[in-house]
Amino acid sequence: MDWLNYLELLLPGIWVTVQLTIYSTILGAIFSFAFGLGKLSNNWLIKLPSATFVEIFRGTSLLVQMFWLFYALPIIGHAIGIDARIPPIIAGILALSANIGAYGAEVVRGAVLAVSKDQYEAALAMNFTPRQTLWRIALPQALPEMMPPFGNLAIQNLKDTSLVSLITIADMAFLAQRLRNLTADSITIYTIVLFLYFFMSLFLAYLMGLLAKRIGTWRSTGRS
Amino acid sequence: MLFGIEWDTSSTLAFAMSIIPILLVGGITTIKATVIGFLLAMVLGLVLAGLKGMPVKIISWPASFVLEFLRGTPLLIQLFFVFYVLPQVTGWLIPAFVAGAIALALQYSAYCAEVYRAGIEAVPYGQREASRALNLPPLHTFTYIIIPQAIPRVIPALGNYVVSIIKDTPVLSAITVLEMLSAASIIGDRTFNYMVPLTIVGAMYLILTVFAATLVRIIDAALPKQGIPLK
Repeated sequence: MDWLNYLELLLPGIWVTVQLTIYSTILGAIFSFAFGLGKLSNNWLIKLPSATFVEIFRGTSLLVQMFWLFYALPIIGHAIGIDARIPPIIAGILALSANIGAYGAEVVRGAVLAVSKDQYEAALAMNFTPRQTLWRIALPQALPEMMPPFGNLAIQNLKDTSLVSLITIADMAFLAQRLRNLTADSITIYTIVLFLYFFMSLFLAYLMGLLAKRIGTWRSTGRS
Repeated sequence: MLFGIEWDTSSTLAFAMSIIPILLVGGITTIKATVIGFLLAMVLGLVLAGLKGMPVKIISWPASFVLEFLRGTPLLIQLFFVFYVLPQVTGWLIPAFVAGAIALALQYSAYCAEVYRAGIEAVPYGQREASRALNLPPLHTFTYIIIPQAIPRVIPALGNYVVSIIKDTPVLSAITVLEMLSAASIIGDRTFNYMVPLTIVGAMYLILTVFAATLVRIIDAALPKQGIPLK
């Protein structure tokens, strides 16, 4: 039973992958809302940085972002006299969540813009402040619309966590590579890892489906 | 020195200027991998979408499992699988670049298949009913009515995947393909200056993706929205 042994050796990596996915998805969701709503702001001081952030992180490659945070940022920090050496795990989480957050920001923006114009007019007519309009009218209607694309992004994020192995984090992909170097049994190891990722993404899809359903029901009860 | 081009470390600006040609040589590999990977993905996606659409469950079930599997597993692991496992199983010697293109094609074929399916489903059902009322055989309904109307719906979505395949090519550096990012890391390893090459590579990716996205938008705007006849 070779593959059971391999599975045991991969176990710490599975845990690292799970943690990375959880942290970066949560931080990514925060980034999504911050920059997605930021892009909708009328204030240029908020709108411009948000749009720049989204364009940069959507337009460049995730691996380049990771390498940049891990290798280049400490040099800039050194040049301006601060210690910007960040541990690989933080660099990984930051790059993953910034990347997924930039995609999510577009989802948030699209969903808020998709709320019918009448709703905004009605809110204005009822003398809601812009803050109230956002929190009580726009977001509750936009949130259920965001959930399906958010589910896809979460799975994308899980798959992207494998890239952290290239900046020396001992996740599933990293341990698989090390096991392969030790045993030369590529077939078994990579098949196991492929299926592990597959099951994890199925499970994540199931979880995001549950969350979407929950948010959907919360909206319908709120409306009645 | 890389690709026969020397770099000049006398000042940051001189260094940046001297490594741009090196990174551009790496950029050619990036573009090659994108184009080859995407063309393969489009064909493979069509095959998989076709198999999934078969009315026979023995064919359509394995096809949809394969699609789910390809979409649920990371590119990096698929890449390792193609590069390390395939030669062991088949005995062929697969060069790193070819393995990279195959892995990109595998990953994106699943997305392309989904795009084709959505494009075909987006054609209004009335079109099918009308062709049936006009007594058009199913094959002709598909080739003359459905496909021509699906093409303009499919192309913008495929274009988005071209942009994202560009951003996935640096992953190929993990199996020793010498593209833009690996060229930048090698320069960084040898000069102890990662900041300049990595920042330039980031900017180059930004330019490349903005350029590709603009191209997709122009093509999309130029497409006739009613459909493209297959003739």
